[in-house]
Parts: sequence; structure tokens; C-alpha cells
Amino acid sequence: MNYEKKREYYVTSVITYSHLYITINKAVAYRLIKDDLALDGNPALNLATFVTTYMEDEAEKLMAENLSKNFIDYEEYPQSAELCNRCVNMIARLFNAPMDNPCFESLGCSTVGSSEAIILATLAMKRKWQLSRKAKGLSTENPNIVMGANCQVAWHKAVRYLEIEGREVECTADLLYMDPQKAVDLVDENTIGVCAILGSTYTGHYEDVKAINTLLEEKCEENGWDVGIHVDAASGGFVAPFVVPELEWDFRLSRVVSINVSGHKYGLTYAGVGWAIWRSPEYLPKDLIFNINYLGSDQASFTVNFSKGAAHVIAQYYVLIRLGRRGFQKIMSNLTDTADHLAERLKATGHFEILSEGGGRGLPLVAFRLSTPHHYDEFDIARRLRQRGWIVPAYTMAHELEHMKLLRVVVREDFSRSRCELLARDVVSVLKTLDLLDEKSIEAHR
Amino acid sequence: MVLHKHVKSKILPKNRQHTDASKENQSLHSLAYSSRYATTDVPKTEIPQKPAGSTTAYQLIHDELDLDGTPAMNCASFVHTWMEPEADKLMMENISKNMSDQDEYPATMRIHGRCISMIGNMWNAENAIGTATTGSSEAIMLGGLALKKRWQARQKKAGKDTYHPNIIMGNNAQVALEKFARFFDVEARLIPVSDESHYALDIKKAVEACDENTIGIFVILGSTYTGHFEDVKGLSDLLDAYQEKTGIDIPIHVDAASGGFVAPFAFPNLVWDFKIPRVSSINTSGHKYGLCYAGIGWILWKSEEYLPKELIFELHYLGGTEYSYTINFSRPACFMIGQYYNFLRLGVEGFTNVANNDLINAREFAKGLEDSGYFDVVSDLHRPKGVFGWKEKSGISKAKEVVSKAGVIDYNPHLPVVSFKLTDEYKKNCPHVKQGAISTLIRTKGWIVPNYPLPPDADSIEILRVVVRESLSKDMLTLLLEDIVEATKRLANVENAVESFYLTSNIHVGIGKDAEIPSNNNTYSRPC
Repeated sequence: MNYEKKREYYVTSVITYSHLYITINKAVAYRLIKDDLALDGNPALNLATFVTTYMEDEAEKLMAENLSKNFIDYEEYPQSAELCNRCVNMIARLFNAPMDNPCFESLGCSTVGSSEAIILATLAMKRKWQLSRKAKGLSTENPNIVMGANCQVAWHKAVRYLEIEGREVECTADLLYMDPQKAVDLVDENTIGVCAILGSTYTGHYEDVKAINTLLEEKCEENGWDVGIHVDAASGGFVAPFVVPELEWDFRLSRVVSINVSGHKYGLTYAGVGWAIWRSPEYLPKDLIFNINYLGSDQASFTVNFSKGAAHVIAQYYVLIRLGRRGFQKIMSNLTDTADHLAERLKATGHFEILSEGGGRGLPLVAFRLSTPHHYDEFDIARRLRQRGWIVPAYTMAHELEHMKLLRVVVREDFSRSRCELLARDVVSVLKTLDLLDEKSIEAHR
Repeated sequence: MVLHKHVKSKILPKNRQHTDASKENQSLHSLAYSSRYATTDVPKTEIPQKPAGSTTAYQLIHDELDLDGTPAMNCASFVHTWMEPEADKLMMENISKNMSDQDEYPATMRIHGRCISMIGNMWNAENAIGTATTGSSEAIMLGGLALKKRWQARQKKAGKDTYHPNIIMGNNAQVALEKFARFFDVEARLIPVSDESHYALDIKKAVEACDENTIGIFVILGSTYTGHFEDVKGLSDLLDAYQEKTGIDIPIHVDAASGGFVAPFAFPNLVWDFKIPRVSSINTSGHKYGLCYAGIGWILWKSEEYLPKELIFELHYLGGTEYSYTINFSRPACFMIGQYYNFLRLGVEGFTNVANNDLINAREFAKGLEDSGYFDVVSDLHRPKGVFGWKEKSGISKAKEVVSKAGVIDYNPHLPVVSFKLTDEYKKNCPHVKQGAISTLIRTKGWIVPNYPLPPDADSIEILRVVVRESLSKDMLTLLLEDIVEATKRLANVENAVESFYLTSNIHVGIGKDAEIPSNNNTYSRPC
């Protein structure tokens, strides 16, 4: 068949894609889709996302070999399940989960990401609260949860879907994340829990979980309540233990009942894996756990998703044993150093105020904004950087600081020092250009 | 997934420390098999202190995973396990892509849009809106949540109470449907299935259970127990009559996890999808008869008005604005791309061939089981349309009445799933034989065919179930049939009851007697 004619035919078919009737050659199918996807962005210059975009060849090889495995099928794939078990053990120990009492051992599960983990944790808190209220004959109609306005969208989803009142502590010019006192002030008898974030997505700050813990402990004593803290360590969970191990934020604190972390952020695995850990079985009400007989084996299930790929969990295990603690320490310190260096360079331009915490006291990212008003704003800077290929997002701060704009650069494993230098140079160059333009031209470009 | 408990390091045999082996071995450190892990335990409970070489880490894990099963003989799972090498290649090239990062990966998002259009067209939608999910579990939760919100809005408008929603489904429902109910505080009204309802939803009883607090009815297109398609049209008609009588409008959500990619191709005349006005949403699993690897599902709503706005999140994520309604956020895009590959590669023609082949093979298998004389087939896929029940055998005698003009038998719309049980006669002659023993025996040959009780009660009929997938060829099914028959014969000839008991013990879970589910310890317990 004439190749040109064949190609034309297939091209037409694709355009009227809802009428694809015939089977086509697999090489053609592959090529058509590959070419389509060539228009996707290049992750290397994407400084916006926390999600890992680079893994070693061996890791990819391992994933390729296991792409067909359905994680939930323990009967068929017991070793994959075993590897997940090991990851849970390792991560729980990383978070200093209590191990002294066999009746109260920590438990956890893998999830598709932190969103699922957060929904599960919230559900567990809600159910526990409902059960204890019912036992006392009290109403269960108005549960609430306390969190910072800087929380990630997964929390908004959890409260909206699970019909819980979200009590948000607003951000102020002095504190861009949750104030412990204000948080505990919002706690009442209907509070199912307090959410603390280790690694705020806006500015990378680690919230003061210890202070929240102390204040909450006092308030619970006074009132006879039992309100727990859930730490959303989506990003911080794989950074803080390695960079600032003395920081107490995990199960070492008495009120912390559950923690979630994303494997696909600083867990250095591709998108699709997260972890949820509970302090002990008493924080995971039994009626949420489904005992099922799945394809011949009995198992307990407490997740939103059921069938999912096993490759990502296997990749997480690979990362954990490949790097070990030493490896993580090295990488995370390097990232922290790079972030600090970038912050220095940006400060040196004289245009910016750095909002994030350096020196390892926050995530390895740089959140910054213009220190004085200019005739252009952070969004203009972002747009110009975009023209040079860099994706540096600009956005407005959370409630009540919606007027505050900022830019954020996330330092990931593939953001080397040399790339950092290139970025710094480009920022300087963009600033020069914008300084020279007048307001009208800038507006025209918006 | 399993809630993993800690293993205390103390109770394990003491790990040999991660110190260098004796000096002689130092030169061998660069070889994967001579690295320190050859003589020390693989890390299991603690993150190791030191890093390992990439090759070592890869090899260790690769070898461990060799102990995983090979899916070829797994007749238990609906989930697909084989894709073409080109599909694998495409998926691996896109393994790093995050589906929630719409700004970074606009081409991937365009493909997502195309998939939604294709599936919408497949299901006769006019104006559907939908999203990819990680599987049918997530899709069902999204569908159920939308039903709940719509009902709440209606109740609020009428000034009524919104605290006691309920949802109706057959008790043959897969665990995800009950999870939805329990997670989102909706009362699940499970309608017991029966012989007359073909072990699927009894539509009359379903309507009887409706009231003004009913948010909707889950109808399953492809029951996981037996493969039957529940009667969507029939239910819709009854609900129309109900609405006439009471004024209450009850929507239907079709759980087409398996059937969604079978019905449109193998039974194009079956009316079950958006053609029925009462159907407000449909979910399906891409990783079942959508022929993809585990990790992709789809949900579509009839139109935007069926998706309450308050559930949709406007996200300012990484620089752009997007609209999203999912439970998971960051997740792999590669499985969705795999789905698109299937659409392009196979087309309607290809999917039709696969579905029909599966059905033809499954029917042959079912007939084979009946011909052996040992089994009754509880599924009805090989019986002519309208003929149900194992007493009918393959219903050939009735076939003449239903043969269409083309002279071809019109079969019952059904999944290519064969659920079967021992005949009463066999059980009378061999009372010592437990059906689970057949499953255990053929396991020794590598086949995974589960045995479990049908709903409603745990002590009712038990079935063995074989799911016919694309990777289960006619040859393999013939082998399976031979092995099943041989196992059954062997068991029949075992006079000694004790020996039979011994054969029956469930090797995997270590339970003796029947393959029963552990007694209720205050958790939900259901075969799935």
C-alpha cells in the first residue's frame, strides 16, 4: 500500500476520533500517540512541581517489568505485597512509630498519593469521633477539623466530600502558616482532629507541631476531650528526618495519631504512590475495615482505591534500599544547600524578599516576592521566565493574604547547582527587561 | 490493601550488621551477587544506613519478585495482565508523567479528553462529562457522592432532612459499593439476590425498598459472582412507574466495571447506557475488559447538570486553572495513555473481536462443564436469551423458540464469566467431597480458580468461578476443563473421608473444613 496514502487515511481517522472502527497496525498506533505526546512539556525545567520526574534506569527497568501487576491481588503477587509491607515498616520507623507494646503497634498502608491518604486519615478521625460521641449519647451532626488556610487542596476535598466543617486558621503577614495558639483556640467538642502541615506548599514551612501538641494536650486535659493531630507530611516526611532529625514532629509527640507522606515527592518515586501510617489500631475504627475474600485470599482492605499498579510501590522500595539513610541525607542536604544558594542569589538582586525558611528549617524550595512595589508583578516575572522555558509558578497566598503574590521554585533532585545558576542569571535578566519597560507595555503583554 | 503492622526488629533473628565482609571479599563488592547483601539480610524493617549500588538494588528486588505468580493461569481475576510490547514501550516512556499536572502535560490531557469522548460515544451519551480514575472504586465513590449531593440539594429545597440518605443495591455488589456507603455515611440497603433474580439485583424488591431518602440505585452490569447483567431497562421502567405514583425521582448509577467494555461490543442491541434517561452516571474499569494494566478506570455523567458544582474544585495548580473532581490527585498518566493506545490500535472492530472471542470460549467451556456430568453452570452466558437457571442446562431445547431470523442463537447478554457448582447428584453420591477441594487440587497444577459462596448467606450455594480474559485462549480453557474434570473424578473416588478432608484443607489460609470466611470480629466480611 502506498505509504503516503496509508498515512493520510490514518490521519483522517484520528481527527474523527469518535468514529474509530477499524483495527490499525500497532507500530502506527504507537507512533501516532508518541508524536502527539511530544507536545507535552519537558519536566526538567518544571520548577513548579514537587513530584519526582527523574528515576534511575534500574528503577525504570524494575517498573517496566512490573507494570502489569495488580497490586491488590495478593494471591497472585505475594512478593509485591511483601515489599509494600517492608516499605510500611521502614516508613513507620522513620517516623518513630511506637513499637514497645505489641497490642498497640503502628499500622499503615500504601495509597495512590497523599490525597487518598488524607481522606483515609480524615475518615478514621471522623469515625472515631462519631463512635465516642455515640457512646456518650451526644450528637454527631457537626464534626469539624482544624487546619491552616495554607493547606493543600486535598484537605478541602476531604472536608467537602466527608461533610466536615473545615475550620481554617488564616495566614497573617507575620505568620504564613498555621499559628498553634489560634489553631487550638478553634478546637471544641466537635473537633475530630487538628491537621498540621510539615512542609506548607506555599512557602515550605514546617508548622510547629510540637507547640500544637503541647497546647492541645493542655486543652484536652482541661475539657476531657481526646483530639488528635494528623500531620500532613506529604513533602516534609522524607526531608525533615534526614535534614533536621532533632525536630520533633512525628509520633514522638503524644497527640499525633496519623501521618501521611507522598512517595512521589521527596520519596523520589514517580507519581502514583503515597503512604498513610496510624499510631495504633485504636485510631483506625474497625468498621471502616473491610475483610474480604479476594480471589482466594482473605485480606483486610481500608483504602479508597482497590486495583492499582504495583510498579510504583516496588519503585519506592527500590529507592529506600538503594539510597539508605545516608543516601537520603546526602540528597536532601544537597537540595537544601542548593535552595539556600538560590535564595542568596535572589536576595542579592535587591528586588526580592525571601519568604521561605532556609538552612533546612523548611523544605528545599525558595518562595519569594518583590520586596517593594513595582510597575510589574510576580505574574509578569513568571510569564517572562516561561518564555525562556522555565516553569516558575506565581500565585496568591492563602486566606487572608490573597493580595500577597509570590513565586516559588521547588528544588528537586534533578535541579543541579549549575541549573540553579542558569535560573538565577535568567531571573536577573528578566528583571532588567521589566525594569526598562513601562507600565503600558507590560499590561499589553498580560 | 492490607493494613500492615510493624514487625518488631527485636523478634527477628539479629541482622548481621552492614559492615564490610572480611577483607578477602572486598574485591568482590562491585558484583551484584557478591555485594554485602549476599551474606546479610535484605532490608525489611528499617531503612538501611548505607546506600547500595543501583545494579545491586535492582537485582535483589528483581529476584525477589520472581516469586510472584505468573498471571497466565490466573482465572480468578478480571484485571488484565497483558498488553502489546508497543503499549508497554509507550507506557514506560510516559511513566514519569503526573496526570494531575495539566499545565505541564497538555498533550496528555488532550488524550484524556479524547478518551472521555470515545467512551461517551460508546455509551450513547449526548453531552457527557467525565474523568479518568484509578479504578472503579474511585469512580463509584465519585458517582455515589454526586448522587448524594443532588439528593441533598433536592431535600434542602423542600425543607427536608438531609441526614438519612440511603442507597440501594443487590447484595452481590462488589466491595467498593458498600465502601462508598460506609465511608460517606449513606445507609446501604442491600437487596438479597435469589435464584429467581439470577443472583443479581431483584428489580421489584429494589423498587420496594425505595423511599424519599433514596439517593439512587446502583445497578451492576456484570455481577462479579456470576457475570449476569442486571436489568437496567427493567428497573428504569419500574422507577418511572414509581415516580408516577409517588412523585419521587430516583436516578440510576450503572456499575459497568466489567460490562462497560463488553456490552457495547458484544451486545450492541442491549439498552443499558445513557440511552435510558434515568441513568445519570456510569463507571467502568479500563483495566478489566478495557484491556489495560491495573490502574485506570472511568466515570461519566450524563451531562454537567448531574455533577453538582460544589463537588468540582477549581484548582490553581502550578500556574494554571483547572477543574477537577477526583479523589486521587497526583497519579500516573501512563495507564490512561495505555487505554488510548487500545482505542486507537483496536478500534471498535478489535474490541468486538476480543469480547466475542472471550464469550465464545467461555460458552464452550460452560457447555464442556455441563457435558462432563459433574457440574451445573450457574452463569447463563451460554443459554439463549431469556432462558435462565442451571436446570435448563444449555437450554438447547428452548433455543429453537428464540432463534432469530439469521438462524443464530441470541445468547443472554452476559460477561464471559463461568460460575459453576457440583451437581446435586454428585453431592449425593459423594457427600464427603467439599467443592473447595477442586480449587485446591487444580492449584497444584498452577490454576487459580476460587471457590466461594453466593450471596445472600454464607451457607448457601458455593460456586467456582472462571473469568475468561483475552489471555485465556481456547487451548488453555480446554486444558483447564480437563484438569477440573480430573480433579473432580479423583475426589469422587476417594472413599476415605479423612483423606478427602486432608485434601480439602485450605493451604493458603490454613483453615480446615470448608473454605469459610473467618467469623465476624466486628469487621465487614464479604467475598469479593
